Amino acid sequence: MNEPTRDIIAGHGTYAAGMLSALEQIAGRADRFIAVSNADLEPGAIEALLRATIAAHRSRVIFTDLSAGSCTIAARRIQRDQPGLVLVTGAALPTILSYACGGDLLKSVEQGRTALTVVEGKRDP
Amino acid sequence: MTLEIFRIDDRLVHGQVVVGWGQPCSLGFLVLVDDEVARSEWEKELYRMGVPPEMEIVFDSVESAVARLAGYRADARAGMLLTGDIDTMARLVAAAPDIRTVTVGGVHHKPGRVPRSRYVFLTPAEEARLLELAAGGVTVVAQDVPQAAATPLEVMLRGEGPT
Repeated sequence: MNEPTRDIIAGHGTYAAGMLSALEQIAGRADRFIAVSNADLEPGAIEALLRATIAAHRSRVIFTDLSAGSCTIAARRIQRDQPGLVLVTGAALPTILSYACGGDLLKSVEQGRTALTVVEGKRDP
Repeated sequence: MTLEIFRIDDRLVHGQVVVGWGQPCSLGFLVLVDDEVARSEWEKELYRMGVPPEMEIVFDSVESAVARLAGYRADARAGMLLTGDIDTMARLVAAAPDIRTVTVGGVHHKPGRVPRSRYVFLTPAEEARLLELAAGGVTVVAQDVPQAAATPLEVMLRGEGPT
């Protein structure tokens, strides 16, 4: 039997591993993703790593941390010859969590936008 | 303010540049110098996508960068010039000897390179190129982010840079 497909979370440092840890704690769904870090890698190596991960896990979606990040740039290069690949940049936990739990991708992105709020404290009267 | 930072970074436009340096240094513009990128609309669009709206990015070949350098220096905004490799920066410096400081921001691992710091890996030829720059009077330092201390070239080459 084929292994289930897994999408990718990619970014700086341990961003992706941290997301997996949080997903597992909240929903037990870390198994839906593969974590990729750009740490110590030159751009060609980041692209090669992402390509190999996509091929190994038949990934359809890549979530990245920064829209200016090297993983984002690498994913954009891959999209040139793999136009079916979807890239979500600036991804935070609410978006990835919603998607991991079966949410529609665009709705999950919207949920992430909505979750981003500023809450200012109020002094007691 | 002016074009203040001449940075070698194989990732070119990325988080460290746009956010790590961009915000604390209030960078208003980036000059990306790469002959190949300068010839490709697709490559330019790729890097434009990573730059926030308040930051301008311009693209040059080495030749056009030399021609426009005085204009960039006269710009009232703070700016950073980026090359993706040591050779491109060395060619630029050879044609624009008023560049006095070069920052190695990121040259990552590839076959043939040996580690000199956490984010600088060099082939013997690249090391020689940096030493040539220094011998020509250019101050060469390694510094990935503004909060880190700039490591002098000789310290970095001894492998005593940031780990």
